[in-house]
Amino acid sequence: MVLVLALGDLHVPHRAPDLPAKFKSMLVPGKIQHIICTGNLCIKEVHDYLKTLCPDLHIARGEYDEETRYPETKTLTIGQFKLGLCHGHQVIPWGDLDSLAMLQRQLDVDILVTGHTHQFTAYKHEGGVVINPGSATGAYSSITYDVNPSFVLMDIDGLRVVVYVYELIDGEVKVDKIDFKKTTTTTAH
Amino acid sequence: MVLERAEDEEKWLAEGIAAIQQNAFYMHRALDANNLREALKYSALMLSELRTSNLSPHKYYDLYMRAFGELRGLEMFFKDESRHGVSIVDLYELVQHAGNILPRLYLLCTVGSVYIKSKEAPAKDILKDLVEMCRGVQHPIRGLFLRSYLSQVSRDKLPDIGSEYEGDGDTVMDAVEFVLQNFTEMNKLWVRLQHQGPGRIREKREKERSELRDLVGKNLHVLSQIEGVDLEMYKETVLPGVLEQVVNCKDDLAQYYLMECLIQVFPDEYHLQTLEALLGSCSQLQPTVDVKMLLSQLMERLSNYAASSPDVLPEFLQVEAFAKLSSAIWKVVDAHAEMPVVGAISLYVSLLTFTLRVHPDRLDYVDQVLGACVNKLSGKPKLEDRRARKQIVALLSAPIEKYNDVVRALTLPNYPRVMEYLDSSTNKQMAMVIIQSIMKNNTCIKEADKVEVLFELIEGLVKDVDGIAVDELDEEDFNEEQNYVARLIHMPYNDDSEEMLKIMCAVQKHIMGGGPKRLPFTVPPLVFSALRLVRRLQSQDGEVVGEELPATPRKLFRLLSQIIEALSSVPSPELALRLYLQCAEAAGDCDLEPVAYEFFTQAFVLYEEEVADSKAQVTAIHLIIGSLQRMTVFGVENRDTLTHKATGYAAKLLKKPDQCRAVYACSHLFWVDDQKGIKDGERVLLCLKRALRIANAAQQMASVTRGSAGPVTLFVEILNKYLYLFEKGNPQITSSAIQSLVELIQNEMQSDSTTQDPASDTFFASTVRYIQYQKEKGGVMGEKYEPKKV
Repeated sequence: MVLVLALGDLHVPHRAPDLPAKFKSMLVPGKIQHIICTGNLCIKEVHDYLKTLCPDLHIARGEYDEETRYPETKTLTIGQFKLGLCHGHQVIPWGDLDSLAMLQRQLDVDILVTGHTHQFTAYKHEGGVVINPGSATGAYSSITYDVNPSFVLMDIDGLRVVVYVYELIDGEVKVDKIDFKKTTTTTAH
Repeated sequence: MVLERAEDEEKWLAEGIAAIQQNAFYMHRALDANNLREALKYSALMLSELRTSNLSPHKYYDLYMRAFGELRGLEMFFKDESRHGVSIVDLYELVQHAGNILPRLYLLCTVGSVYIKSKEAPAKDILKDLVEMCRGVQHPIRGLFLRSYLSQVSRDKLPDIGSEYEGDGDTVMDAVEFVLQNFTEMNKLWVRLQHQGPGRIREKREKERSELRDLVGKNLHVLSQIEGVDLEMYKETVLPGVLEQVVNCKDDLAQYYLMECLIQVFPDEYHLQTLEALLGSCSQLQPTVDVKMLLSQLMERLSNYAASSPDVLPEFLQVEAFAKLSSAIWKVVDAHAEMPVVGAISLYVSLLTFTLRVHPDRLDYVDQVLGACVNKLSGKPKLEDRRARKQIVALLSAPIEKYNDVVRALTLPNYPRVMEYLDSSTNKQMAMVIIQSIMKNNTCIKEADKVEVLFELIEGLVKDVDGIAVDELDEEDFNEEQNYVARLIHMPYNDDSEEMLKIMCAVQKHIMGGGPKRLPFTVPPLVFSALRLVRRLQSQDGEVVGEELPATPRKLFRLLSQIIEALSSVPSPELALRLYLQCAEAAGDCDLEPVAYEFFTQAFVLYEEEVADSKAQVTAIHLIIGSLQRMTVFGVENRDTLTHKATGYAAKLLKKPDQCRAVYACSHLFWVDDQKGIKDGERVLLCLKRALRIANAAQQMASVTRGSAGPVTLFVEILNKYLYLFEKGNPQITSSAIQSLVELIQNEMQSDSTTQDPASDTFFASTVRYIQYQKEKGGVMGEKYEPKKV
């Protein structure tokens, strides 16, 4: 089993001072094999912190990121799955699943991870799965009201991925999980 | 000379030891034969070796210990009357006939010890006699060791409570008086050593004195171990006796050592109850004595005592410990005006630590200590001494660490005053300590006036002070500092909107003067803080009727405008553009159409005039389109103006592919999938067609400049858009249009002049699969897709 942490839109220090303490105590170095980050960290300190959690760090550029050289999109293969990463402000209408599905077809990936809306979603369509880990700090968003801090942990095992979503609601961490399965090794249908 | 002397000493010591051993041998022979006369003779000879003046204390001690060992045998002999036939009273008389005074007195003490044990006379009488007789030896080293001998042999024979020697007029008081007297005489001898010998070997004298000090100090140990010495007796007799000698001897070495001893040896409870006397004596010590060290030690002991159990805390209050300690300290600092500042401040640090331990809730005490520091520093230039600065940082950090609540420190009037005396780099260091404490403890700062004080304290981070330009700072350090300030801005919070508005105005006031290098860090957090407040106000109903205008979204937007405007001085157009768009969206949510329009105008102006970099333009235009697409507040005219502008700029991007993508993105401006959203099928189609034309042009340009047409990706993207809008039910998008597009792409892909691109091929393939999938879905979607032939 391979653990992949997906998170983003932290907006430190523009919109939030730091990750919630409860999340920080859960995210321990050495337990996670990959981190994919949807962007808008925004500063180097956050990058360095994520690097301490896991050296295999992938980041897509958010529109507020201090580091302008992060790529607009990124694809990587983990186990049997092809993953795509994009912040999402480039895909209009923002948060629209059909438009995101188009990006997914273009990148040719089983799992597309995007952010920007600060709202957790996990959506399965004929082309694959679209996951939005939300905002890890619960940062303000013009798109979503009442943002709760959230992040996603994916457990990739063969042709199956279990998506755990951790949300901080009223001071308590709530966990939910969703299962996805690939039918063949080429593309998910 | 010195080496010779050292060698000589070794020789003399060896000779002395040899002589002792020899005489001891004969003495033991006499003891075995029960020959008192001979025993006395040889013991006296043996003890005569201790009459030497040639040895340093260290060596004399060796000699002394030899003699001491041998005397134990003699003592046992004296004890057994059957062996020598002389009564102890007569024996006491007999030994006084010894020739020289030193041996005589050693023998007398030895007999005295036996005499006391025999109980034929009251212990106190014998002890008194002995301690008086020892006055006969006034040589410092010899006298000290003699009296030390007396102390050792009498130790277990003092008339203490519960001891067998108590009773009939023999009381603890007698024991105490005996020890005190011995102590006093020993101290006098010890001090006298300082003045012996020529001046140039003063250092040597001090070393010798240092070696001897424990002999004197031992008496205090003995006093502390007398069971019968309770607090009352300590207060009335022991302490006054000791302090009188300490003060009157006027010797700085003795004073320091003995005070230290006193503090260490007696229980803290006693010190607490005799604080006045102790502190009073401290102020009477020689000027060269390091009183601050003593006071610090005392306060540390008392602090630990306080920490040991909460039950003892009322005692501190009862004796007014703080008042006494603090006034003693002020006196010491005043009396030693020439003391370097670092000395005074380290005293204040000790006092503050004590205060925080013992009286944590007495903020007025804490403030007093800080006030003393302010007084000490006033009138002087900013601190240069590194150690002094360190001490001040320790002083200021102590309350923060203790309370874990910076807000408490903020309420201390003297706190900011102390900070004023710091040079700018230490001030910044302190400011960082404060901010880090807030972040670590998640301290909530609820009032605007506290926020004011806070920002004044961290002023060094927020603006240029002391004429030190920002450029001189290391960039990484500067960024770290400013990011801390940015994070700090999120911490002040109040549920009450009015107060929250005041807080934000306070923050704004302080950060606006930060200069172009700081604004990009501090403006965004303030903006988002304001936007959060706007959202909160949105959810509250109506307006509060009252005299003061309540905080309203409108007010906040005016404030926001001002704040973002400041970024033009940096200049930071891209950031400002993003923030204007955020405000526009928020204004739209509040139904404030003109305000939202104004924000969009500002964003467009920045785009037109300031965003020159083509890559930045691409992102910026997408942000504009994305925001505009979601806005529902605009009436037809305003919306038309804005969408027209957006589309126009989209088409004017530098690179054709960028143009194409921006233009098809604009198609979403005319089709909002919401019941009251705009649904202008024609304009949508216009956008898509325009995008197609641009894609075509891009293809052709590629053929001309590179010899082959570029990849078909753009066409596939446009196709996907067609499908999207087709599915949404746009009547202008027909099946046949899609059909032709599909065929177009297929042709292009098969054409020789097109560059092969696996990515586009896969994209097209998955698009085709999607169409297939939709067809097979059946239902409404299936019907729509039915005509498609792929």
